[in-house]
Amino acid sequence: MFHIIRDLLRFNREFAIGVAFLGLIVVYSLLSFVSPIDPDIQFMEFPDLPPSGEYWFGTNSRGQDLFWQLTFAFRNTLGFGIMVAAFSRVISITVGLVSGYVGGAVDRVLMVINDVFVTLPLLPVLLVFFFVLGDSLNTINLALLMACLGWPFDARLIRSITLGLRHREFTRHAMFSGMSPLKIMFEEHLPYVMPVVFATAMANMLWAIGVEVTLAVLGFTNINLATVGTTIYWANNHSAMIVGVWWWIVIPVVLVVMLFIGLYLLAVSLNEYIDPRSRLRRMGG
Amino acid sequence: MRTYGFFVLKRFGQLLIVVFLGVSATFFITHLSPLDPVEQTMGRLTRQSGFSPEAQEAMRAALTELYGTDKPLLEQFYSFWSRLVRGDMGPSLLAFPTPALRLVKRALPWTVGLLTTTVLITWTVGNLLGGLAGYFQNSRLLKAFGVFAIGVQPIPYYIVAFIMLILFGFLWPVLPISGGAGMFVEPGWNIHYALSIVHHSILPASSIVVVGLGTWFLGMRALVSNVVTEDYVTYAEFGGVESRKIVGSYVIRNAMIPQLTALAMVLGGVFSGTIITEEVFSYPGVGTLLIDAVNAGDYTLVLAVTSISIATVATAIFVIDLLYPLLDPRVRVR
Repeated sequence: MFHIIRDLLRFNREFAIGVAFLGLIVVYSLLSFVSPIDPDIQFMEFPDLPPSGEYWFGTNSRGQDLFWQLTFAFRNTLGFGIMVAAFSRVISITVGLVSGYVGGAVDRVLMVINDVFVTLPLLPVLLVFFFVLGDSLNTINLALLMACLGWPFDARLIRSITLGLRHREFTRHAMFSGMSPLKIMFEEHLPYVMPVVFATAMANMLWAIGVEVTLAVLGFTNINLATVGTTIYWANNHSAMIVGVWWWIVIPVVLVVMLFIGLYLLAVSLNEYIDPRSRLRRMGG
Repeated sequence: MRTYGFFVLKRFGQLLIVVFLGVSATFFITHLSPLDPVEQTMGRLTRQSGFSPEAQEAMRAALTELYGTDKPLLEQFYSFWSRLVRGDMGPSLLAFPTPALRLVKRALPWTVGLLTTTVLITWTVGNLLGGLAGYFQNSRLLKAFGVFAIGVQPIPYYIVAFIMLILFGFLWPVLPISGGAGMFVEPGWNIHYALSIVHHSILPASSIVVVGLGTWFLGMRALVSNVVTEDYVTYAEFGGVESRKIVGSYVIRNAMIPQLTALAMVLGGVFSGTIITEEVFSYPGVGTLLIDAVNAGDYTLVLAVTSISIATVATAIFVIDLLYPLLDPRVRVR
């Protein structure tokens, strides 16, 4: 495990850059645990101060120190992404393994449902949920909802791997020695799909954070919880660009773009590592 | 040809299932909610002006009859579908008493126009550049474009549109940043109006293109660099076939087919992105309408926009799927 990561860091530039970007953001968000300020309190500092030695990222129009405020924003945003990725992994692994192993009518029904989810334009559906649930759509509910919408691509991928595993010798051995289907799926087949699960988890987090930022910026989430999206929401609300408080917009946008690129590079390089063909090509084979 | 007809029929059946399940889900989500549309409307209508209690009661009765909320859910579901099939979804509250569907119909051409143009541009240009980058792997320019694509591709539509808005709205204000056409241009089939539309669509369209281009570029580059190692390409190279012909007729042609499937898969996402981009640039399309409807608590309009969006996206995917066997001779023969 560790020597794989070491080799990837040494030979795969994309992986190295991804780890660097993501690591930076994670460390930054962990700073929130030693933060001297409470993110919910406003007007503790002079508003609209530009970045300086005292206030590294300046202060916003709500009188908050942006440096510490953003540590909380990134912690909550990252936490949300991890939550969605974890929940949706559960669904996609279950559907993928069952669909691939059991096959037949079960597979067909699951894949029709899958098709419906792939086709649905997600944003209108999410807006409908916001419209209906209103303020009771808190972070946990939103994460659960997004997990219910974000599993189909990965379930399909896992299914395609399991389809191949089903006809392998060891599956037949396990079957004839009386292993229950559930055990075959989760003890024999699951280890084979784990690498894909990790790689798609990164991509799923990226997607979840993107949707969260989008919804929050439109004011369709809990706007009093500090996240990257709500930071931009409040900046827009105070017309930060027009008033000239550019750091309130530019700094979170730059940091969140770094987070996106970091996650994406990790997902891509892991995918490439999993696929033996592309690994061979990288080695010049 | 008979197999193609069978294929079309099967796909059409799938289309109907998807639309039915999607729209029904939307119906149940909105109707199982604690939010009562009648009270919502009442609250909105009585907020601005005072009504006598009798008038309020009459209004409540009329609205209950209009929405049919006093009937059991399944009956509401049935009448919802039977009205939807006839093209009637009830009046919008945002612009009472205009039918919600008329508002959607007015907004839909803008969205479809924006979506079609940007998808055509991104898919064609992205695949072409990606194909070239996969074949000519030593080209500096294409390598640089690859780095750019990796940098831009993961950023969500909203952020890209927002950055474009800041760049062209505040730092270098050369392009219109809001609206679908000039305020004082007479709408109609004339050159001024058309030019105004194009002028106003430059920013929203290019922000969608910037996000989408990377996906196709990277996907095609990966596909082509796999195809290039195939024997028939090596054979063609040894046989002295021009490299332009190899790329165009053999390599890209073959790699294009999975990319078409991919287009059908991501179209829903692109539609969501278009909605967000519209909101950023106040483009008069379905997205802006939907967000206005959500903000105004307009029950019927939200339901109408979502249903029409689901149907539009599903139909577009259906059309793309129909093209697929025409492009791939192996599928056609079978």
